[in-house]
Amino acid sequence: MTPSAATVYRWELRKLRSQKRTYLGLGAAVAVPIIFVVATSLRGGGPNDVPFGRYIHTSGLAIPLVMLLFGAIWMYPLITALVAGDIIASEDHNGTLKTILTRSLDRGQIFTGKMFAAASYAIVAILLSGAVGIVAGCLASGFNPLRTLSGTTVSASTALGLVAASLVVYLMPILAVASIGLLLSAVTRNSAAAIVGTLMVSLLIQLIGILPGLGGLHPYLLSTQFNAWQGLLRSPADWAPVIRSAWVCSLYGVPSLIAAYLVFLRRDVTGG
Amino acid sequence: MASEVSGPPVEVRGLVKRYGELVAVDHVDLTVQPGDVYGYLGPNGAGKTTSLRMMLGLIRPTAGTVKLFGRDPQLGVAALEGVAGFVEAPRFYPYLSGRTNLELLAAFDGGDARRRVDVVLETVELADRAHDRVGGYSHGMRQRLGIASALLREPRLLLLDEPATGLDPGGMRDMRVLVRRLADEGMTVVLSSHLMPEVEELCNRVAIVRSGAIVYEGEIAELKRTAGSSYRLRTTDNEVALGLCGRWDGVQDVRRDGDSIRFSSSEQVVGQLSRALVEAGALILAMTPETATLEDLFFALTEDPRPLAVAA
Repeated sequence: MTPSAATVYRWELRKLRSQKRTYLGLGAAVAVPIIFVVATSLRGGGPNDVPFGRYIHTSGLAIPLVMLLFGAIWMYPLITALVAGDIIASEDHNGTLKTILTRSLDRGQIFTGKMFAAASYAIVAILLSGAVGIVAGCLASGFNPLRTLSGTTVSASTALGLVAASLVVYLMPILAVASIGLLLSAVTRNSAAAIVGTLMVSLLIQLIGILPGLGGLHPYLLSTQFNAWQGLLRSPADWAPVIRSAWVCSLYGVPSLIAAYLVFLRRDVTGG
Repeated sequence: MASEVSGPPVEVRGLVKRYGELVAVDHVDLTVQPGDVYGYLGPNGAGKTTSLRMMLGLIRPTAGTVKLFGRDPQLGVAALEGVAGFVEAPRFYPYLSGRTNLELLAAFDGGDARRRVDVVLETVELADRAHDRVGGYSHGMRQRLGIASALLREPRLLLLDEPATGLDPGGMRDMRVLVRRLADEGMTVVLSSHLMPEVEELCNRVAIVRSGAIVYEGEIAELKRTAGSSYRLRTTDNEVALGLCGRWDGVQDVRRDGDSIRFSSSEQVVGQLSRALVEAGALILAMTPETATLEDLFFALTEDPRPLAVAA
């Protein structure tokens, strides 16, 4: 059997399954929606100042959407960075880069496998968190029709489809964050620096968004793309932010990936 | 992993690696022939590991080329076909078992490497600990797992970086026995080391490296012959003998040492000298060659401030 990037991908997933940090991230992705549902059920009320915040007690399907809003600040970027920032740097930490680079796989194949593994983890974490939010939300507030941002009400099953579509749209900025994490992982060769660095980049972009006088940049900031899904929750659906998110996220993600790839391809493997 | 051999196992020409001002490897040339057990010898910091990293394609040379069986490892892993080894201590994923680590590497090797996992674990006597996490392995066990991971590739060329470092005496002996056995099976081995007895016991050829540059490359036997030997001489009349030795062509470093005389020379010269001594009336009571060990030569070559002329 000839080894390929798919071989690396399968083994990266197996390695992720054997590491505590994987479950730390996935655990947070599962626990936070549950904690949110429990807390808001006990306290009554809710976050009335955010979209869908006031509906969390009338429809459980509002809950995963509110989670997407809060999670964008740092939680989901952090969960994403936890693996993306580590997946190359951990090889430096363990000194194993020399071990795997002297087999029969080219650096490009190793990078490709790792890239898809980091992306898969981020996708699983977000979808898992969304699914838990849907289930926990519906258990607490019922599988009920949802009021859209345009003020119309859609049936529960339509709302479920919209929530699922929102999760998919939300994956675009998440994958851009993962790409930045990979780049920092390749450049810093240090997991902690790459994870914290990725989170800092994500927070700095949010800060730029609230600086006065830079409103014109707003549509092109990565942080804004975390809200693109809201276009789907209008009637009729507004696809403009979704389409913009697709190319803006590519502008953040693709150069990061190319740079990470080149750094990984050309670097000297010392240490270990 | 079959492919035609189109060059010597290792051919290094003009290899240079600079880190800013520091020249870690300075115009190294060496050629390893099939079947050699080649010692790459030098004190710590002489650039042995950096050279090996370049041979394995892990770092880029500043200048010069490495060819493994005629192929450049800088151009891709195809050059590592039939080649295995490790630099510094072999490293593995600590959270996976020894066996799982080998399965991963076998998958990365492709071919039928997977079927050899059990065999190589037996070879390095790790089968009974194979299911434990590598995080709990001793240094010696990791070293053996490193050899096992190299053997998965069924290499024709094995590159080992100080494989016995940090092992206890038993572990060092086992490592030497293993390397000896692999060499006897026809594997070409390049072994970096700063342990003289190891290299003297295992290797037929050596490169001695100092401050990144090679000061000797060739056969150990040749090195010893070129470097000459020292002799201890005791006669019935040491005064006469001392005078004669001092004047004799091809005899150097003559000095008195207690009731003996010491000098360095070669066997042919000593034969002539012994007859002359007897004819001069200094009857020989003892004439003992004290062959330089590789260790003496190593120190002479790596500590003498001037480059030696013996470089082949």
